[in-house]
Amino acid sequence: MSTSAPLKSRVLACAASALVVAGIAACAPPEKKDSGAQTQSGVKAAEATSAQDFGGMDGLVKAAKSEGELNVIALPPDWANYGAIIKAFSDKYGIKVTSAQPDASSQDEINAANQQKGRSSAPDVFDLGQSVALANTAMFAPYKVATFDSIPAAYKDPNGTWVNDYGGFMSIGFDAAKVPPVTNVNDLLKPEYKGKVALNGDPTQAGAAFSGVVMVALSQGGSADDIAPGVEFFGKLKQAGNFLPVDPTPATIESGQTPVVIDWNYTNSSETKKLPSWTVFVPPNNPVAGYYYQAVSKEAPHPAAARLWEEFLYSDEGQNLYAQGGVRPVRADAMTSDGTLNAEVAKALPTVSGPVTVLTPQQTEAASKYLSEHWAAAVG
Amino acid sequence: MRRVRDGLPLLPFFAVVVVFLIIPTVTVVVSSVYVDGVFSLERVAALFTGTALSALLNSVLLSASTALLGALLGAVMAWLIVSSPPTSMVRRTVLSLCSVLAQFGGVALAFAFLATVGLNGVLTLWIQQATGWNLAGSGWLYGLGGLILVYTYFQIPLMVIVFIPALEGLREQWREAAVSLGASTWAYWREVAIPLLTPAFLGSVLLLFANAFAAYATAAALVSQGSPILPLLIRASLVSEVVLGQSGFAYALALEMIVVVAIVMAAYNLLVRRSARWLA
Repeated sequence: MSTSAPLKSRVLACAASALVVAGIAACAPPEKKDSGAQTQSGVKAAEATSAQDFGGMDGLVKAAKSEGELNVIALPPDWANYGAIIKAFSDKYGIKVTSAQPDASSQDEINAANQQKGRSSAPDVFDLGQSVALANTAMFAPYKVATFDSIPAAYKDPNGTWVNDYGGFMSIGFDAAKVPPVTNVNDLLKPEYKGKVALNGDPTQAGAAFSGVVMVALSQGGSADDIAPGVEFFGKLKQAGNFLPVDPTPATIESGQTPVVIDWNYTNSSETKKLPSWTVFVPPNNPVAGYYYQAVSKEAPHPAAARLWEEFLYSDEGQNLYAQGGVRPVRADAMTSDGTLNAEVAKALPTVSGPVTVLTPQQTEAASKYLSEHWAAAVG
Repeated sequence: MRRVRDGLPLLPFFAVVVVFLIIPTVTVVVSSVYVDGVFSLERVAALFTGTALSALLNSVLLSASTALLGALLGAVMAWLIVSSPPTSMVRRTVLSLCSVLAQFGGVALAFAFLATVGLNGVLTLWIQQATGWNLAGSGWLYGLGGLILVYTYFQIPLMVIVFIPALEGLREQWREAAVSLGASTWAYWREVAIPLLTPAFLGSVLLLFANAFAAYATAAALVSQGSPILPLLIRASLVSEVVLGQSGFAYALALEMIVVVAIVMAAYNLLVRRSARWLA
């Protein structure tokens, strides 16, 4: 990503960007023929909709082991504990996990699946933000994990085309050593926070920033249907000189360039491990939750391993691993009632009192439209 | 037959050009006018809407201003360097430094500026404590103003590198000839040196323009809200998680960039041909 490469290579690089992706795809060996192997019950692995189609879990494990590999994409190791989850899965089943582009966006996942279609390097499974997931359901293979029934109906497609895997609350992270504690969204307008409040990305592009605007909107009297007060608040923040238009990263947080960051509680709390004075505040009255969408790719080069990965993620073990990353696993309620959720980990998850807001796809669409028209004017 | 044999060693180069230049260019051109296999100017027409036009204007403004600033300051610096003897330690150090700095862009450079003169930068906080004045002001670093400053930072050393050969091409005999005919130093510069150097200077300006026009990573790391320039608008169209289905627009924007760079490169070639006559 060198920006100041000499001109010739820059022009080349610029013009070549589209092709590079195609080039990478072209380098990968063609898909192995055995991926369409039939399972014991005579169903193709790529069309199996539950472990029964493999003759039960043992059959699925055997089929996955014979594929021996799994491609995941856009799973940062410090995000929702994915580093540990990938390792646990790989150790348990002896399957080699290739984690491509850990920092990619949801849309990048879909782009990669399209560009590498039919190659052994194509992603097997997706972990997507809401709008990207719902716009691409045609690319998912329906699959119901063994624990499908204990997932609340609001968090899954009835056929298992997609299932929410984990969620979090929008939060305000701040460095207690540098700024006074934030106890309320309105605090951010105070002069003590001049030039210090950052949002994780541009809300017209990044899902996390988008939810940040929704959270602020709720605190300002808006609703899931009306995010205008949120945009207005950021306008005021900008006028007060408090808005810091820097994309926060672990580097900017640790070096003190972004002392206050609006982001998911789990990304913020993973910073606390590196910077102990980093405090996470979830506005308790109008919490905004967002769930990620898990799905198996229809074109998965390792269809059995992809399904085994889903089984692992939704098993008690996988869900507890998620919880250790500070996210709320989708089966949290069921697991709390039957006592399988690790109590110590559960205690560390944020508690909220008010009703939790999760935007419906229609509300998300209306809000994105509003943002693309008004955001730039508010903070520009 | 012989021509074929002479051309053989060029084959690998040709292959690289085809794979990394010609195929992508054709892909971009075709994809921006064919929507789902049907010829359509809809994507190109979208280039003439507010967002795209203002991104183009900003990109041109940014590239032109940093090219001019970089070229003027770089030319003065190159002249100072050339004035010292080739064996001079200072000259060799400055030249190596320029080669390094001309390549020092991207995330690292953007972060260096953020940490120095950003709203919470070291220098900003220090000056604020000492004098009470806020250097970072209302956050100019995170917009077009900041981009101009940061781009100029790598444009100046690039100018030094590309302009020194032209300055070295000025022969001492020409100055002596002019002086012996009674020219003052000013007259020598006005009548001989500047006319000779003008094509090379303008060529360098165009080179710097294209250099800034295509730069991406520095801007991506520095500007997090909005997409004021073309490369950032392309990124937004390709990867947005919120507003979907814009990848076709990205092709059209890429086409627009290719057209601008092609115009600049054509002008550059014309100028180089003119100056090569004198400074060969």
